[in-house]
Amino acid sequence: MSETTRSEFVLTRLIKAAGYSSILFIGLIFFFLLREGAPALVEIPLGSLVAARWYPIEGFFGLLPLIGGSIVVTIGATFVAVPLGLLTAIYIAEVAPRPARELLKPLVELLAGLPSVMLGFLGVVALAPYLRKLLDLPTGLAAFTGSLLLGGIAIPTVVSVAEDALDAVPRTYREAAKALGATKWQIIWRVTLPAARSGVLTAVMLGIGRVIGETMAVMMVTGNAPVVPTGLAALFRPIRTMTATIAAEMGEVAEGSVHYHALFLIGILLFLISLGINLLAASVVFRQRTRAERVLS
Amino acid sequence: MSNPDPVKVSIQHLSLAYSDGKESLRNVSLDVRSHAITVLFGPAGGGKSTLLRTINRLNDLTDVVHVSGSVRLDGEDILDPATDLISLRRRVGMVFARPVVLPMSVRQNLTYGLELAGERNPARLAELVERSLRAAALWEEVEGRLDDPAISLSGGQQQRLCLARVLALEPEVIMLDEPTSGLDPISTGKVETSLQELKHEYTLLLVPHSVQQAARTADYAAFMLEGELIEFGPGKDLFTRPQEQRTEDYIEGRFG
Repeated sequence: MSETTRSEFVLTRLIKAAGYSSILFIGLIFFFLLREGAPALVEIPLGSLVAARWYPIEGFFGLLPLIGGSIVVTIGATFVAVPLGLLTAIYIAEVAPRPARELLKPLVELLAGLPSVMLGFLGVVALAPYLRKLLDLPTGLAAFTGSLLLGGIAIPTVVSVAEDALDAVPRTYREAAKALGATKWQIIWRVTLPAARSGVLTAVMLGIGRVIGETMAVMMVTGNAPVVPTGLAALFRPIRTMTATIAAEMGEVAEGSVHYHALFLIGILLFLISLGINLLAASVVFRQRTRAERVLS
Repeated sequence: MSNPDPVKVSIQHLSLAYSDGKESLRNVSLDVRSHAITVLFGPAGGGKSTLLRTINRLNDLTDVVHVSGSVRLDGEDILDPATDLISLRRRVGMVFARPVVLPMSVRQNLTYGLELAGERNPARLAELVERSLRAAALWEEVEGRLDDPAISLSGGQQQRLCLARVLALEPEVIMLDEPTSGLDPISTGKVETSLQELKHEYTLLLVPHSVQQAARTADYAAFMLEGELIEFGPGKDLFTRPQEQRTEDYIEGRFG
């Protein structure tokens, strides 16, 4: 075997190993989560898990308030991040003059890299007191505050990915529509956005994923009260998310206890939820591709 | 020609420069007559596309820093800043070098422009779809596939769809920028046949993709070189007895 073919062989194997390692890691993570979390399903009756009370010290392991808290904050944040993020992306990609565009894009990407604990701190000292006064609430640490903050955190992700997708739409599409007498807004709405559809959907999914997985910021501003959110008024009351629960309680739990296993069970749930979102995003993109491939063949 | 057709587009002393300092058109004067195919030909970078894109003001998209002279459509100066670009672009349709079908169905590609123009009557839309597809010699091939994605058509069909899309808007002038450059000879033949039919109703301005195509299709021909109009005249004269040495050299393939 000559020198080049040997190094070629080694390199190929190395790259292959790196590629497969991510699958291995995901597998290991899931296995570990299962090993630590599955016992909770045996130790705690299902009826107690699907209950409204999370008070682990006294043996209440109802997951509904945590799941509800995560859902409320995620939906709230999605309503903030998706419209604002998409509008910003459209502005940057389609409307902004070149200098503004060259300034905005890096700024937005810088924003995406900010540590969330910093934003959480801003939320605690600035946003929460302001909202408390503005809306006359007993406390500013509520689901609504968390939604606004998480929405803000997800916006740069949505903007960045959606802008790339819009930017990748060939200029010829725009020109063709323009030559047909379409106005700028008509081009954006009927041509550019549909053409960038799969990328825009990916942006939305990634934004939602970012929101669900966010821990620090949400723990700091949502008040951490494990109460099942019911009705619209729950938006303005403290809640607690699944991620915040794990972060807050993992440090003080006895290894191998029921509480410990219950926290890992929450971890499994989170894992499954992100997996679900990613699969959904992938299937949307995939469905479009297969349709295009079908008609092209 | 003893009785020439009326002038549709009159270009007088048009000069235009892009922001990168390159002058793209230099003092071009040209009368485009209706009911005829006027061909703009010459080597790449000669300003043919720029000229087309000035006539429907598509150049507003890119960075043009300097324009002088006039372009008149039926006597009306379209370089006037007050020109309604939307209605101008409906009167002056354009087909691009590479077929650009919009990400919609075949039918929607045709009705899109019409809906933008305010046409909502389904019967009228259906009628225009069929008529424009027939005029572009595409109706037989896509009759049963109107709701398929337009991207599923072959390249030649896509280009004729683009032509049909422009025809559906019932423009007065149709500009075609190398409409057959990506097509096989059979599709090219079909497009050229369509053009010969269409010239009876419209004013056609064509940038051909070869000198042969220029000679085949031109009623009038303009030879452009580096932003200047070198020679302009009836096609049968220009291709058989060019007045300018440079025109003759190009036609005979001595450069280009």
